[in-house]
Formats: sequence, C-alpha cells, structure tokens
Amino acid sequence: MARSVTQRRKIINTAAAWAIGLLIFFPILWTILTSFKTEAQAIADPPIFLGFDWTLENYGVVMERSNYMRFLWNSVIIAGGSTLLGTIIAVPAAWSMAFVPSKRTKDILLWMLSTKMLPAVGVLYPIYLIFIKMGLLDTKIALVVVLMLINLPIIVWMLYTYFKEIPGEILEAARMDGASLREEVLYVLTPMAIPGIASTILLNVILAWNEAFWTLNLTAAKAARLTAFIASYSSPEGLFYAKLSAASTMAIAPILILGWFSQKQLVSGLTFGAVK
Amino acid sequence: MGQIQLNQVTKSFGNVQVIPPLDLTIEDGEFTVFVGPSGCGKSTLLRMIAGLEDLTSGQISIDGEDATDTPPAKRGLAMVFQSYALYPHMSVRKNIAFPMRMAKMDKAEQDRRIEAAASALNLTDYLDRRPGQLSGGQRQRVAIGRAIVREPSAFLFDEPLSNLDAALRVGMRLEISEMHERLKTTMIYVTHDQVEAMTMADKIVVLQAGVIEQVGSPLDLYNAPCNKFVAGFIGSPKMNFIEGAEAAAHGAHCIGCRPEHITVSTTEGLWQGTVGVAEHLGSDTYIHIHGVPGCDPMTVRASGEFTVKHGDRVYLTPDMNHLHKFDEAGLRVA
Repeated sequence: MARSVTQRRKIINTAAAWAIGLLIFFPILWTILTSFKTEAQAIADPPIFLGFDWTLENYGVVMERSNYMRFLWNSVIIAGGSTLLGTIIAVPAAWSMAFVPSKRTKDILLWMLSTKMLPAVGVLYPIYLIFIKMGLLDTKIALVVVLMLINLPIIVWMLYTYFKEIPGEILEAARMDGASLREEVLYVLTPMAIPGIASTILLNVILAWNEAFWTLNLTAAKAARLTAFIASYSSPEGLFYAKLSAASTMAIAPILILGWFSQKQLVSGLTFGAVK
Repeated sequence: MGQIQLNQVTKSFGNVQVIPPLDLTIEDGEFTVFVGPSGCGKSTLLRMIAGLEDLTSGQISIDGEDATDTPPAKRGLAMVFQSYALYPHMSVRKNIAFPMRMAKMDKAEQDRRIEAAASALNLTDYLDRRPGQLSGGQRQRVAIGRAIVREPSAFLFDEPLSNLDAALRVGMRLEISEMHERLKTTMIYVTHDQVEAMTMADKIVVLQAGVIEQVGSPLDLYNAPCNKFVAGFIGSPKMNFIEGAEAAAHGAHCIGCRPEHITVSTTEGLWQGTVGVAEHLGSDTYIHIHGVPGCDPMTVRASGEFTVKHGDRVYLTPDMNHLHKFDEAGLRVA
C-alpha cells in the first residue's frame, strides 16, 4: 500500500516537474521554432507548432544584414571584461567583510544590495552625461564599467557567502606561517574558494551577457552587442517575427551552451549556504 | 631563544573585560600549560601571544623585544590549532612546506626539513596525500610538522588533542612531550584537561575568569594549591572539601583531602558513611560515600581489590600530613 502511494506520488511529482520545466522553457523553445518558419507562418493564427516548412532563410537574411560576429565579439568582451574587473574588485572586498567585519559591515552589504532595487533609468541621465563629457559614449570601456558596477553587489554578496564558509582558523594558520595579506588571499583563500568564485563568475557572465538596458542606451554602432542586435530587428521596419527570432536564437545560443555545460556549478552556486 | 613576557596585559570585547591586568613570564625552553575551565580566557591569552588577537592594553615582549604590535607573521612563533587548520587544497608536503615557502627558504633546505619532519612524525608515506585523506591523528601530525619545520622560537598549542579519541590522545601527548625534550623549544599549551597539564608541563598556569589563580610546577600545584579552586581543579578525582565542625577542629573554615589520601576500611576509622557508588577501574576503585558530615558525597580511592557494594557501611581515615586548610575566602592557610 505504502509503496503504491509513493509510486503514484513519484509519477505526479515527475509530471509536475516536467510541466513546470516546459512552461519555463516554452518561450525559448517557441523563439527557436519561430526562427525556422517563414514570416507568414510565424504570425499564422492559429499558431503552427511543428508542421511548418522548416527554413534557414531567416538566418541567412540576418547574417547578411548585420555583422553578427562583431556583436558577438562585443558581447564577449563586455560580459567577460565586466565580470573580470568585478571579480578583481570583489575578492578583496568580500574578504574584508567576511574576515574582518566591522560594526557596519552588515549595513554596507545591505546598502550595496539596495542599489539593485533602484530603477536603472533613474540614473541613466547622469551616467549618460558623464560618459558624453568623458567621450566614452558608444565605447566598450563604458559598458564594461557600467555593467561591472551594476553587478558588483551580486558578486560581492556571492563571494561573501562563500568566504564565510571558510574556517577563519585556516587563514589564521597562514598568518602564523608567515604569509602576508596578499599571500594569504592568493595562496590560501582563493584556491579554497575556487568553486565559489567559478560559479560567481559564471552567473555574472550570464547576467552581463543578457543585459540590455545600458547596452541600448549607451551604445550605437561601435560597442553595440547582441542585445542591441536583437533589438535592431524589433522595430524599424515593422515586426518580422521570424527574423527577430533568428536573431534572438543566435544571441542566446552561446550563453545557453555555456549554461548547459556549467549547470551543475551554477545550481550549487545559487543554492550555496541555503542548505547546511 | 623564546622567552615571552606579558606585562599588564588586558583584553576586553566591547565592555566585557575577559582578561584583567595580567603579568606572566615564560622562560626560554619551558613547557608551559595554560589550564582552566572553558571560557576562562586561556585561548584568548594564547591568541594574544600569537598576535591573532589585539591587546586592549599592556605589553608583550618576545626575547626582550616589544612585540605588542608585531603582526603574527613576524613574531617567529608557530601555532597548532584545535581544528588542525590544514590547507585542504594542498598536499601534506605542500602544507608542511608552506611556512618555508613564505620565508623564501632555499628549495633543497625545504626538502631536507620536510623529509626530516615527515620521518620524525611517521608521515613519509603520506606526503602526497591531501589532508582530507588522513585520519585525525595524522592530520594533527601534519599540523605539528608544519610548525616544526620553520624552527620557531616558541610553539603555541591551542587544545591540539581535543578532537582526538582517548587512546590517540595519550599517544600524541607523549609524542609532544618527547618532541619538547628533543627540541628544548619554548612551548605554550592550552588545555582544559588537567591530566594533560599535569603530565606535560614544566609550569602550569591555572586560569579562572581571565585571572591567574596560581603558577607553579605540577607537583607544587598538587601539593600546595593556593586556593580551593586550584585544589579542586588539579587532581583526579577531585579533592574532597569538608566544612563545618570537622574543619573547625583543624582551625580552618574548610579542609580539603584528596581521595588518594584517605584510607577506607570496613571496620574502623575517623569518619563513617555508606557507599553510594563504587567505580571499579581494575587497578583502583573509586568509592563515592554518603553521610560523612560536612562533605557529601566524599570520594575515596581504594585499591582495586577492595570490594564494597551500594549501602555498605565504611570507615574513613584521612592522612593528616596531606590535609589542606582553607579560610572563608577559599585561600590556603598554612
């Protein structure tokens, strides 16, 4: 009896999990499917699920019309650069908060996180003006800096949580063994925190890759990246869903592949500290 | 060299003073044990000597030089932690080499010292393993190896054996004692276990609530404890304290008599009582006796052959030469 109940429950749970998973994945799946349709089939009513004439035409048009590789390259540089810069700044910051906390450390952490609540558009104007003055509009450097700043609270928080789990005595042992602060962080803390640092980096690459608001507002042609590339298919000459979908698929494919191969790291990173 | 001097050292956490002004001198080559109940400030004191904890006021000097504000790395001391604190991502060899690597020591010399330490500590076969693949005792050996190789002016041990099982603890205790005989380096050892203190120390420092109660050799403390706290803390089983008329007869507020200084008999003696529990250890029998006026229960050590059971009437005679007298404040009176 007990066995049949658990068996039934197992089936229900599995079905529910699949249903939720598909529900979440559906928009991406639909985008990918649409990218292989003709424009007419893309807007057909009722929608066609699989029974359409599969075509690669959209991809050809997109490749012809835009320089995909340049957008891709900009995305790689900006996502990678902002994450790298952020990590270099965040490791010492998280170290100091985790191992030599002051009375205000918790407040500072919360304040940092609170900046994420601020609508980005609220600071668009000042940042835009600053970049004009500095001559940095539509440059990769500008976007690297802005995205780094935007994601810095998350990087610091994730690293902080990881570092908190490292026993302080090990760092004290390093100090007793004659390690300077730099050597302590470099030879003891960082290697022990590598799994944490890796998932932090992964998550931030993804966040930076998908960022659109600042990309659209601060770049035009030179530093535009994949999120701008998608947007360029959404409005000017009316909506071309199939081509838009093809562009979207091409934009998300690299990060989707990266995410797929690193999902284990990602999940452990995101749930770290939740279960002891 | 490794003479360490504490001068009017204090430590406060916020408004709570955990160590009131304290003076202590640890001579070069001495094995000093800080002992006391948990929370007595012994670990804090050790960490202050190590430099891991700042002093609130006072001064620490090592070999005559002021080290109060010297960072831990520059004090020339080595520490062995309760949790071993090994570097989990490094092999045993790299763990032991770490302090030498930080000191930028010649590679050949490093290897020579690693080999020497490993063979002394029976770690030769484990040099390429990670700490995670070792047993508790082996990990503690690695921690000791890491401390030895840099030839520090003093070793600091923070309850190094607490995480080991009883049998291993006795073995490691001997190894550390032998290491001290061999190296003749100053060692400061923190423990809450008075047996470790008695067996290892040249000098015991008994602490309670951050205050030094008594400093002396193990036998000094055993034979002439300066107050009731030290009398009760040193020695196992604990000293019996007798108050009331019996104590007044000896001109004291309280008299103390160790379980091994009381003769037990089934026929005659000074005091009488009934057996509560008899613990047979084989070599000895510890008898807990109820009904002795001014002391309940009284613990007595008898020989292993002495058999009594619950409820038996027994007679007790204390050894008058080993009676300790204390006044109302708990201080020893001669």
